[in-house]
Amino acid sequence: MLNLEYMWGLLPVLLRYLPLTLQMATIAMCFALILACLLAVVRVSKVPVLNGFSLLFISFFRGTPLLVQLFLFYYGLPQLISSLIAITGVTAAVLGLTLHFSAYMAESIRAAIVGIDRSQTEAALSIGMTQSQLMRRIILPQATRVATPTLMNYFIDMIKATSLAFTLGVTELMGATQKEAAGSFLYLEAFLLVALIYWAVVEVLSWGQRRLEIYLNKAYQR
Amino acid sequence: MISLQGITKRFGGHTVFKDIDLSLAQGEIIVIIGPSGTGKSTLLRCINFLEKPDAGRLQVGDLSVDTQRASRADILALRRRTAFVFQNYGLFANKTALENISEGMIVVDKLPKAKAHARAREILERIGLADKADAYPASLSGGQQQRVGIGRAMAANADVILFDEPTSSLDPQWVEEVLGLMKQLAVERQTMIVVTHEMQFAREVADRVVFMDEGGVVEQAPPEELFTAPKDERTRHFLRKILAPTGQAVP
Repeated sequence: MLNLEYMWGLLPVLLRYLPLTLQMATIAMCFALILACLLAVVRVSKVPVLNGFSLLFISFFRGTPLLVQLFLFYYGLPQLISSLIAITGVTAAVLGLTLHFSAYMAESIRAAIVGIDRSQTEAALSIGMTQSQLMRRIILPQATRVATPTLMNYFIDMIKATSLAFTLGVTELMGATQKEAAGSFLYLEAFLLVALIYWAVVEVLSWGQRRLEIYLNKAYQR
Repeated sequence: MISLQGITKRFGGHTVFKDIDLSLAQGEIIVIIGPSGTGKSTLLRCINFLEKPDAGRLQVGDLSVDTQRASRADILALRRRTAFVFQNYGLFANKTALENISEGMIVVDKLPKAKAHARAREILERIGLADKADAYPASLSGGQQQRVGIGRAMAANADVILFDEPTSSLDPQWVEEVLGLMKQLAVERQTMIVVTHEMQFAREVADRVVFMDEGGVVEQAPPEELFTAPKDERTRHFLRKILAPTGQAVP
């Protein structure tokens, strides 16, 4: 049966690596959000040239596996750009997660922007607002509300996807578990424990997501 | 002083209207009437550059713009001098009634927030919604939303307010309060151009009624003249159709 004593002892060991996992996910999420907003605005406003670039970018990063992208950045790119030889696993992972998830998020943000009724755009323009004022003050705040549930799902997905960083030699939560398990041969206990840790983190986030949605919906109560 | 000279608008190959000339003095109130699809709303939208005209010149106050050479700055300047009230309100859903009114003052006129809010509260007072300052559009009735829409236009301090069928999407019970507010503005001699099907309003409030049909201005005259002695057969036909069922005097 399960060696519960071993699991209990392993818990604090693994939790030491949780901050790195959360850091990677949070940093990648911040960059991905910024990039996704830019991509979405470019797509919605049909900015010449950039629009074509956005389409290509989104197509590539949605069309290829995250693991392949991570290997490309970590093992592949330094071959092309020699100064990148010093790229760390963490940097490559954050870069890969950022680009990969920004492509997905750009599409949800774009859909949220397009979903806001046209009359508000016209009203903002009619009082003399510029396109960027319109975006910042009227459209994006509302699009945020619409896109939040989906974006939170991507964030949750991203936290789990950080586990792939262990394939780049990063000792984060998953990498640490792998090492511990290899030492003790108690694979079931170790991986079950790490699964529970991921699950707990995601549950906490889901709770936060519900609170956030209540807050964002306060303008729409009848 | 506002004037439109030779304003033309096409959609694809279809000419909505051609060579429209129209001018009004400060404090004048013009009501545009006519059958649906004659470009009344489109004309109004051209004045605000929500639609780009295909020819013509627009003048508002000391600003004169050749619509074919209008720069972004010209368009912004033109929009600051013309406020718009929409048929379906177009209120900012993420902003309270107060913020809907103060938004333009803060973002466009660059007033300090406190000052803009103070002015917005005065306007809320005037439109009878002082108690709804912190209400979001979703919690307001249609009539209240449209009054906020008018309040937002008032806040723009524009040379002219353009009303695009402001009561057409309202439930009947809210029409009066919106027309009442517009009459109040008329008493204060707010310059306005109103596109509407409310003939009674046109009669009471307009200094001049403009009848548009088939992409042109057919005739324009003070309401008592246009409603009682229209010169053009098309005007007569339109008035007969629109006034007859209501039992009003038919010319």
